[in-house]
Amino acid sequence: MDKQKNILSFLNAKQDKILQEWEKEQLSAGKFRADLVSPDELKQQMLDFWNSFLKALEQDEQGGMFQEGWKPVRSFLSELSRSRAKLGFTPSETALFIFSLKKPIFQLIQEAFQDDLSRQQKELWNLNSLLDALGLFTTETYIKSKEEIIRRQQEEMLELSTPVVKIWEQIVAVPLIGTLDSARTQTVMENLLQEIVAVSATVAIIDITGVPTVDTLVAQHLIKTVSAARLMGAECIISGIRPQIAQTMIHLGVSFQDITTKATLAEAIKYGLSRIGYRISKME
Amino acid sequence: MEQIPILKLGKFLLVTIQVDMHDQMALRLQDELTNRIVKENAKGVLIDISALEIVDSFIGRTLANIAAMARILDAETVIVGMQPAVAITMVELGLSLPGVRTALNVERGMEILNNLLQEDSDARSPK
Repeated sequence: MDKQKNILSFLNAKQDKILQEWEKEQLSAGKFRADLVSPDELKQQMLDFWNSFLKALEQDEQGGMFQEGWKPVRSFLSELSRSRAKLGFTPSETALFIFSLKKPIFQLIQEAFQDDLSRQQKELWNLNSLLDALGLFTTETYIKSKEEIIRRQQEEMLELSTPVVKIWEQIVAVPLIGTLDSARTQTVMENLLQEIVAVSATVAIIDITGVPTVDTLVAQHLIKTVSAARLMGAECIISGIRPQIAQTMIHLGVSFQDITTKATLAEAIKYGLSRIGYRISKME
Repeated sequence: MEQIPILKLGKFLLVTIQVDMHDQMALRLQDELTNRIVKENAKGVLIDISALEIVDSFIGRTLANIAAMARILDAETVIVGMQPAVAITMVELGLSLPGVRTALNVERGMEILNNLLQEDSDARSPK
């Protein structure tokens, strides 16, 4: 406990030198992104971190960074890595903020405890593991915020990728693009069925030209959608089945029995129009 | 107990389910409807379930059964106005009602029945 107090006052005393060296270290590391953060801003961040770091050291002697006293440091770091993730920093550039602090501190400790090697080693080890933990924490938060971005984009894509278009009176179509999973099929199904009611459609076309692969699960989903549309009184046509997909489906043992399938969307539209009593003919 | 009205419309019977059905009601409908088909010599049955918002496996199966029974009695059944949520539930329950005709609303359902009747009489009439 006494030793920790010592190291604290030691860090306090050398604060200016450490901050100076730390800044130099960050700016010279070759990874400093002057395009994303200005030196002034960086200085402010460093100062904020340093102050909360010292305060945490003071409050908590041995506990490590997951103790209550370290909460401000943790929240500062997570805020920092979140903003850096958004700005486009890489994980190592983000973690560098902490890791570049090692060199100046360690150098000073080495100089200060030259006479007492075991003490020197002990202090180095303590600070090293502490800074490592903090560095890992920044990386972790960085990844977490990146994952958040990915999840949000997925949700946005889900909304974007299931438009139901009206082709003609009583005919609606859904052009499906991308891989179908359970969640997406559910949305597609709901949207399609609602649209069938809204425009009182008799024919619904599901176009799978943009679906790269169809496995048994996807086929199952398609069959469910078709059955549900049929239950509501609309005939469902699946179009845009590519030769490759037709081959795989037969090999997998999936057959679209009782379901009208057409090779192209054009064929499906033509068939749909004929179902409601229209005929496409060339003008004389 | 609540009763589901069965209306006679020419050669067809129209059943409009206005409330959420419970098991007893569904069984009673099955009973009454089959009796009426025989009594009226109906050629078609239209079941309007547009007001039905909840189905369970029992109601779904009973609907399928009613349709199958009507067919045996030589009356085509058309189920009309199924809500999207109900359709999804039925499919998830594995009740996709094969062989049962469906339509979006009573008007279209009536069209289907008329067409069927027309085809039927065409087939029977001597050329």
